[in-house]
Amino acid sequence: MSMPRLAGVLAFLLGVFVLVPLVIGMTGRWDFYYTLTSVALLSVAAAGVWLTFYIGRINIGQGAYALMGGYVSAVLMTQYGVSFWLTLPLAGIFCAAISVLIGLPILRLRGVYFAMVTLVLTEVARLTALALPITNGAKGITSIPLPGELSVFGMTIIPDFATLENPKLAFYLMAALLMTLTYLILWRIVNSRLGHLCRSLQQNEELSASIGVNTAMLRVLAYAISSFFGGLAGAIFVAISQSIYPSSFVVQDSVNFMLYCFLGGLGYVFGPMLGTLLLYFGWDLLSIAKEYQLLIYSGALIALMLVLPNGVLSLLDKKGGRK
Amino acid sequence: MEQILANGLYLGAQYALIALGLTLIFSLMNVLNFAHGQMYVFGGFVTYTVVAQLGLPFIVGLFASAVVLAVMGALIEKFLFRPVIRKSKRDESTMLLAAGIAFFLDAVILLLFGEKQRGVPKVVDGVLNWDMRIIMPYDRILIAVLAIALIVGFILFMQYSRTGRAMRALAQDRVAAQLMGVDVDRYSMIGFALGAMLAGLVGGLLVTITGINLGMGGPTSVKAFLMIMIGGAGVISGAIAGGFILGMMESVGLTLLASYGDVTYLVIFVTLMIFLAIRPQGLMGKPWG
Repeated sequence: MSMPRLAGVLAFLLGVFVLVPLVIGMTGRWDFYYTLTSVALLSVAAAGVWLTFYIGRINIGQGAYALMGGYVSAVLMTQYGVSFWLTLPLAGIFCAAISVLIGLPILRLRGVYFAMVTLVLTEVARLTALALPITNGAKGITSIPLPGELSVFGMTIIPDFATLENPKLAFYLMAALLMTLTYLILWRIVNSRLGHLCRSLQQNEELSASIGVNTAMLRVLAYAISSFFGGLAGAIFVAISQSIYPSSFVVQDSVNFMLYCFLGGLGYVFGPMLGTLLLYFGWDLLSIAKEYQLLIYSGALIALMLVLPNGVLSLLDKKGGRK
Repeated sequence: MEQILANGLYLGAQYALIALGLTLIFSLMNVLNFAHGQMYVFGGFVTYTVVAQLGLPFIVGLFASAVVLAVMGALIEKFLFRPVIRKSKRDESTMLLAAGIAFFLDAVILLLFGEKQRGVPKVVDGVLNWDMRIIMPYDRILIAVLAIALIVGFILFMQYSRTGRAMRALAQDRVAAQLMGVDVDRYSMIGFALGAMLAGLVGGLLVTITGINLGMGGPTSVKAFLMIMIGGAGVISGAIAGGFILGMMESVGLTLLASYGDVTYLVIFVTLMIFLAIRPQGLMGKPWG
């Protein structure tokens, strides 16, 4: 790893895990913890969307998997008494398994067709949650317990959240850790053989199939990883809000995930993280503008698009000169 | 049974008109217009303002909706979509722009017209009652007839006018059309204006029956996407077929599945996904658009 990159990673870790709690502690804006936790979790789901963009598919269905993951975790915790920490991977794996089933047929679609089907998928998820008995319909599942203790051989790794003085900080640290891990994995995927193959799919699927790349398997794999992240993020969201309803994740959220990726830049691994931070945090800050909040927000969005149609991170390209 | 079919036709005529605008914009510019539902709501509010607040006749309101939305569409194409399409590396970037415009229109509607449900008084009174087999208010029939007339007018326009021919050429092959001397920029703008105008017209038509409110934009867009997926994106006949099929399915589903609770749309969505897995390009679409 080169020096500037190492310095960048260290600066990022320092900023997320030390500076943010320090600044919040000094200014006393405890509500920022909730905002930043949301940013971290949303960027985990957005990372999944970004991966599907990477194989050349526009994914507007991440809300469906976030909802699904949330429900899996909620049902397991409330009805079967499973520990939260165990439901976390289970929610992810469940979503990945479902996404393989759904992905096999629909990943044959391309471009706008795939985008529209995934958009519909979000609606399907919401309506299914309304119709199924186990999800408790429109009433949703409420009073879900906070994450309990996680211990290995009697050694406590993570204390019970309910006994903590400050669960907000704990949730923030957990979400930030998860976000760091997710982007580490994503970065690793992109810079591996798998990443090269994905890029070949993005550029020309027929050509890469003709050289012998198993495109069908590859795109299902990428979609499954993407849905895994979606389910994970959904499950933690449920733990934070301690409730889930069919309207917890709707079409709007799915569209937002896509916007985060676009805004950050589709060509950059850390694009979705930056996009989420800018859009979600920006939206939160704009709440001082009251009724003009949406107007300013959307105006800024359109202006950004006009100036930087390839995402905010495309600024880096220009600085370093043409490659 | 007759009642269900009549309801389906009535719904289908409106839906087809919404889908036509969306598919026109898609075929010309390869842009999935997320703001279509918001344009429809905006059109409804323009008609409401002209008819209910200024007290002018309904037809004037409808005309005002068409003009306002056409101008809006032309401006959006010229100043927003055209520069972004020229500069961006990937086609999909326009989706962010379209979503941004959808938010923006939502904000404008909220500031200009408020969040309340609005409607205008009935255009004609009375109810058609054919032997208790079909019962339908006259104003619904009027709206359905107007919608069908607009669809027929649109098809004739696309088929026989010079502008329509140019737009069809553009949809078939952009580069070839340009080589043949079609002014691509000009007709893209006209096409976008026409698509937006259709959305505004439907809004104006429906404000007399169901009324209009701010929240209707998003769900309308999703429904319009459904229709053009059924019929095939970018194909005019497909959009019309998709609209009528969705209208019929909704009408039949609401009657037959009523006893199972609110599952009509779930069934429609699942059917659609299975259908698309077998025939990805829809009924009449070209493979891969």
